[in-house]
Amino acid sequence: MRLGKRWWVPWAFLALPLAMYAIWVIAPIVESMVFAFTKQDSIMYGARFIGLRNFARLFSDPTFFLALRNNLAWLILFVLLPVPLGLFIAMLFNNSYGGNKLYKTLFYLPMTLSFTVIGTIWAWIYHPDFGALNSLLRGVGLPGLTRQWLGDKRYMTFALIAVGIWRQVPYVMILYLAGLNGVPPELVEASMVDGASWLQRLRHVVLPLLAPATVVAMTISVIDSLRAFDIVYVMTNTKARAAEVLASFMYSSAFHYSDYGYGSAIAVIQFLITFGFIIFYISRTFRSEIEQ
Amino acid sequence: MAEAVRRLRVGTPRVTFYVVCTLLVAVWLIPLVIAVFTSLKSMDEIMSSKVMWAVPRVWAFENFVRVWAEVGMSRYVLNTLIITIPSVVGTLLISSLGAFALAFYRFRLNRAVLVVFVAGMLIPFQMLMIPVFRFSDSLRIINTFPGVILFHVAFQLGFCTFFLRNFMRQIPYSLLEAPRIDGASDFTIFVRIILPLCVSSMAALAVLEFTWIWNDLLWSLVLLQSDALKPVTLGLANMQGEFISNYNLTAAGSLIAASIPLVFFLAFQRYFIEGLTVGAVKG
Repeated sequence: MRLGKRWWVPWAFLALPLAMYAIWVIAPIVESMVFAFTKQDSIMYGARFIGLRNFARLFSDPTFFLALRNNLAWLILFVLLPVPLGLFIAMLFNNSYGGNKLYKTLFYLPMTLSFTVIGTIWAWIYHPDFGALNSLLRGVGLPGLTRQWLGDKRYMTFALIAVGIWRQVPYVMILYLAGLNGVPPELVEASMVDGASWLQRLRHVVLPLLAPATVVAMTISVIDSLRAFDIVYVMTNTKARAAEVLASFMYSSAFHYSDYGYGSAIAVIQFLITFGFIIFYISRTFRSEIEQ
Repeated sequence: MAEAVRRLRVGTPRVTFYVVCTLLVAVWLIPLVIAVFTSLKSMDEIMSSKVMWAVPRVWAFENFVRVWAEVGMSRYVLNTLIITIPSVVGTLLISSLGAFALAFYRFRLNRAVLVVFVAGMLIPFQMLMIPVFRFSDSLRIINTFPGVILFHVAFQLGFCTFFLRNFMRQIPYSLLEAPRIDGASDFTIFVRIILPLCVSSMAALAVLEFTWIWNDLLWSLVLLQSDALKPVTLGLANMQGEFISNYNLTAAGSLIAASIPLVFFLAFQRYFIEGLTVGAVKG
């Protein structure tokens, strides 16, 4: 667009937002990258340059690999489950029956809750003695399946991921519903007249049309899975390290063990993993505009 | 016949829709139902029945009073409001300036600036924690409300600028030409023409931002240490430690913490959904 002719006018409008962003977001990113090469026991003073030693230490730290593995589980399950579930539910809701709006509103509710609230509530679902999950398993005659969901190292991460998915599905569904809005109903109808089965219609008509929504839903889910922190912090209090993910590992290294250089190194690894997905998301988002 | 055509269009048969949706919503909301019931039981009842999803025999509304007054939930809620309201207002106003520049001016770094804003909002928070703590400490705004508020304003600029810039680009340029010919300054055009047109999209953004900042845990954890300043999310997390076995009080506390975003969501649901799909990003 072309408003003013003087070159500095847009910069005058950008000055305050850019300055604030530079101070609180951009400069810290650069600073963290520098800290990753230092040893520092006090947050304010005494950084010593130690080269790549933090990274060398990371690669021989079992907790790091545990966090990495847990993050991978978060990532895979966050794509594998909420995306198809969200699509399925969006298709279910994609009509104008009476009461549709009310159902949707109820279904969205988890998205408005903070993870502190969610974690508090789910801790009771998982309570070994009178939690809803174990009561249910006993009630349907499967007492052999009851577990110490938040007490057993093997199940902890999956118990936490389930909570994350509970909140993620409504969000993915919103993205798909918006995508379905753009699908011309005639196309779906035409394939119905052809006698295509529900599955064929999904595969050959709906899914290709929803491809952009799927890409957004997947990318956002991946980025969210790599940022998982609140649920882990609230539900395990980061004491039980078995459920540690990179974000919580960074937090405990820096703020519990005062190992700030090491914490920064973890943050940098987390950043590098996320970076590729961010680039992908941005290029997708802006591609349509560049083509214009 | 008309009915048949309609059914074709919508896909899912009516009966299937009602059965599946009822089941789905019922299962999805079990955790919330358990929270509501637990918050209204006495501890004796919880320990004796051991069935968390049972309807309370005696409705103990006093749990809410206790949590509000004795446990100090009122203070935490007030702190959250003190943090959230200025953060939302600040980030909306400041981001609208940047969005205006990116939407209406053609200059060489336009796209680069936009990419920086969008990329910044997606990075892991852990990259910012230590430097933001240090910076706040050296400015002596650590452990103060302005410290947290300024951070929220700055960080949320990424999403808000992106969101508002996308909206402003849909405003027809012809609306700006008349005042331009009349000799109005750029700033006058921004305040008199653009901002009034952005009211509805800023409302959508405000609803989203309010929910996100209200629900923030991490930044209060890093930037606020004194108990007197803690927001409701952090207060609740502490409460879990202190009142670990008082399930009814923690449940009542959770519901108080959830209530304001919930009311906001129910009142402005349309805006909330619009906001999420336009930006397709969330916190």
